[in-house]
Amino acid sequence: MGNPVVSHAAQVLAHVPGLARHGSKPSRELPRNAEVLAQFLGSLRSFDEAVAYLPHQAYIGALHPRDLPARPWVGAGPAAGRFTSGGEIMPEEEFLGLLACLDQFGLVTLDYEVAELAAAGLARHPLAKRLNLDRLAAASGDAEAVAAEHGSLPLHVARDRLAAGFRHAHDSDDALAAGVLLENLACKATGTLALLHLIDDHGIDPDSIDYVISCSEEAVGDRYQRGGGNMGKTIAEAAGLGQASGADVKNFCAAPVPALVIAGALVASGVFRNVAVVGGGSLPKLGMKFQGHLKHGLPVLEDVVGGSAALVTTDDGASPVMRLDGVGRHRVQAGSSNPLIMEALGVQPLEELGLSMLDVDDYATELHNPEITEPQGSGNVPERNYKTLAALAARRGDIGREAIPQFMAERGMPGFAPTQGHLASALCYLPHAVRRLTSGDATRVHMIAKGSLFLGRMTQASDGMSVLLERNQGS
Amino acid sequence: MSPVFDGKFVIALGERDGVAGPAIAACAKAAGSDVVFTATECFV
Amino acid sequence: MDLGTQEAILRLVNQHGKDKLLVLLGAPDGESAEISAETVIIGDPTYAGPLAEAQLGLDVYHILEEEIRSWIPADTWDDQVGLMADVLDAEEISTAVRGMRDRRESSN
Repeated sequence: MGNPVVSHAAQVLAHVPGLARHGSKPSRELPRNAEVLAQFLGSLRSFDEAVAYLPHQAYIGALHPRDLPARPWVGAGPAAGRFTSGGEIMPEEEFLGLLACLDQFGLVTLDYEVAELAAAGLARHPLAKRLNLDRLAAASGDAEAVAAEHGSLPLHVARDRLAAGFRHAHDSDDALAAGVLLENLACKATGTLALLHLIDDHGIDPDSIDYVISCSEEAVGDRYQRGGGNMGKTIAEAAGLGQASGADVKNFCAAPVPALVIAGALVASGVFRNVAVVGGGSLPKLGMKFQGHLKHGLPVLEDVVGGSAALVTTDDGASPVMRLDGVGRHRVQAGSSNPLIMEALGVQPLEELGLSMLDVDDYATELHNPEITEPQGSGNVPERNYKTLAALAARRGDIGREAIPQFMAERGMPGFAPTQGHLASALCYLPHAVRRLTSGDATRVHMIAKGSLFLGRMTQASDGMSVLLERNQGS
Repeated sequence: MSPVFDGKFVIALGERDGVAGPAIAACAKAAGSDVVFTATECFV
Repeated sequence: MDLGTQEAILRLVNQHGKDKLLVLLGAPDGESAEISAETVIIGDPTYAGPLAEAQLGLDVYHILEEEIRSWIPADTWDDQVGLMADVLDAEEISTAVRGMRDRRESSN
């Protein structure tokens, strides 16, 4: 059947400062302190600021992360466009409209004026023909009354203006509470938006896609099967992929790489020809580090929900090849030792292919934006990963110890992704990887993801997986 | 045994980006200590 | 520090007594190590968890500190920590945790 390839990737952000208060941290901290709430609301970014923010532009593919200037990035970006070929940054009114378009259960009631604004915005949107805009009229109503209902949540735009009421779906089922459903619908909407850009921006026939694998982190289900749900098929339906089915791959932040590898294996084995991998965003992560941002006089930087989609297909002779013989996995017996994990993911697969660490041009690891993590004392995640990889390269003798900084600068990159772990984990580099391995001058990109399984209190273990992408020799 | 470890029960508080809890626990056990609690924190 | 972890530490203090416990940290930098050390010595600096103002004064070291490292068998050390000793700034981390221990001693 030949090698699978990654032919296209798309990436989106929804700028939702009004929803940031529903992130897990703000939802606990803000209601108990009016002063902090006022400071939080006063520190939210405008849409223009969010679009101009250079890491966001890198996320939607407008510039390579290594072309980012020295920090600080806040306030540094020139006015920029919201669209790229294969991505966009969507403003909050349109995103609330998108939530309403994708809501099949009457969960969202949009304020009349917001519904009109959203309808006007989405009607002009390049993907308008693929959205069911009729739903917007049906979803408009008395948002204030709905928001005041038992179990409902108020949703806001323009920092503090009530824009919608969001209903719960059951009186006594915590898995169907308004907050949970909002998380899930936001995940569905960002995943759908990314998938729509993938097919529309690259001229892919929606009916050609056989299967959609979601690597999103939200838990869809009711109380009898909390987290058992299927976001993959949900997003396939929402994006109008009539011939597709789908399912989910769950592995915390590490999920995108196993999702890609499974997609590749389905294609290589001939089970399916075209498999899309999608990741919707994580609303609970919004404002997670807002206290650190406020303390350092920064805006609330976690105010976007991300989305990502990629197409894995049969060898077209041009697109980057997924080396299924270059997959690294974090074995149980490696335990929790960071050096052993990084060796298993970053080095062993190369050794098995007879390659050195210098045969990889770009290492895509956990690319969390350090401007978001450092003010809260969480350090620079990608930099630590690159230090570990460079130290491994030095130990192997691929480079001298003095060349460690050069290895990190040339083969690593600054983090640019929002702190929604699965999106930051290598997945966010796919649009850049496809470009670098086709029109660019790279030969190999190593995708490395890690996940904190212990967060769920079922194991002390963590996990990780890596896969090598390579320039297609058929071209 | 080290005077620091002597007669102590170890609480292993690891971090995902540094040294993980189970890795600390393995070290403490190898040094002859009793580990009574292991956790790993993840801040991203 | 995670609130569940703070609760667990409080339970262990009640069960074994403060003097019987040794906290070993794996934080990746000085700032993070200092916050963890502060939490188990003075109390949760964010005042969010059960260790807020707890004044436990527990014995706390980072795994990379010489007092600990020198007692770990070499093969275990290489497997479990190894390279991380080069990747992380052991000196900055040691200084931060030692600083917190000194504050405990001066207040005793």
